[in-house]
Amino acid sequence: MSEAKIEYLLRLGDSALILGQRVSEWIGHAPIMEEDVALANVALDLIGQARLWFGYAGELEGRGRDEDALAFLREAHEYRNVLLVEQPNGNFADTLVRQFLFDAWHHALLEGLSQSHDPRIAEIAVKALKEVTYHLERSSDWVVRLGDGTEESHRKAQAALDELWTYTGELFAADAIDAELVAQGVAVDPASLREAWLHTVQAVCEAATLTAPPADAWMQSGGKQGRHTEHLGYILAEMQSLPRAHPGARW
Amino acid sequence: MKKEWPLWEVFIRSQHGLAHKHVGSTHAPDAEMAIKNARDVYTRRNEGVSIWVVKSADVVASSPGDKEALFEPAQDKIYRHPTFFPVPEEVKHM
Repeated sequence: MSEAKIEYLLRLGDSALILGQRVSEWIGHAPIMEEDVALANVALDLIGQARLWFGYAGELEGRGRDEDALAFLREAHEYRNVLLVEQPNGNFADTLVRQFLFDAWHHALLEGLSQSHDPRIAEIAVKALKEVTYHLERSSDWVVRLGDGTEESHRKAQAALDELWTYTGELFAADAIDAELVAQGVAVDPASLREAWLHTVQAVCEAATLTAPPADAWMQSGGKQGRHTEHLGYILAEMQSLPRAHPGARW
Repeated sequence: MKKEWPLWEVFIRSQHGLAHKHVGSTHAPDAEMAIKNARDVYTRRNEGVSIWVVKSADVVASSPGDKEALFEPAQDKIYRHPTFFPVPEEVKHM
């Protein structure tokens, strides 16, 4: 019974961690100082959320793996994050469109999870929701400004949307793990989030003068089951190199 | 077209303060983003409960060269300070 829950917690934690790691790659490289700080804040929020999900997963598992062991000592195929978050940062529009597509889903998901019958999950979701409400506001604002900005920013934002769209289908695809936990009132049915997500995405795209690709386009999948794009290996290589080279290293 | 984003002055009301205090400035393309940037740059350590931003270009400032004319005449007019009233013992914390 708790096998499914551990798996579910890893999915939540892995998506937060990998996006946090990706966003943190901007630190020192953002277009302006203010964005550098803002992106670092978002990254730290996400990594903080990952720690909470991993902490709970490790306790349920009861094999002595703490948050660090789960983050730094698993291989790519053991990671359960959605494919969207491992996509490269690309240009600033690529990063902000990715963030927006994720935030709109993340927000709806955490809203649902804050009603979970598992009090620990509900508690973490309530805390994370406050952070993600801000993430969504910020990334929505940016998508509108890029889409409805200059000719060049519009072109780049539209290209990012077209490129990343294929990774959004997975966000709403349920499997046996989801079904089992939804039946227990622990998890949120991913399919139930789709309508709210589409609504948010279409409203922001309209304000941004961007065109969302068709909702029934062909979609990639597999991240939640551990089948990843080639990008994840590189992310883990960088993220895990120090703890693997120096096991148990501390600041 | 000007490529640089305009500068905004940031005012934060702290947890215990009643008035917004000037804390610095930030670049942003428009007012909404200025609030967000100010939030990210100046309230990371729980400093504030409210933010004001105003375009730096809209701030009208006194000129440092006018300092003598503006402020010196007040220096020798001590009668403008309420220091000539004896305060009764019973009144504490004045």
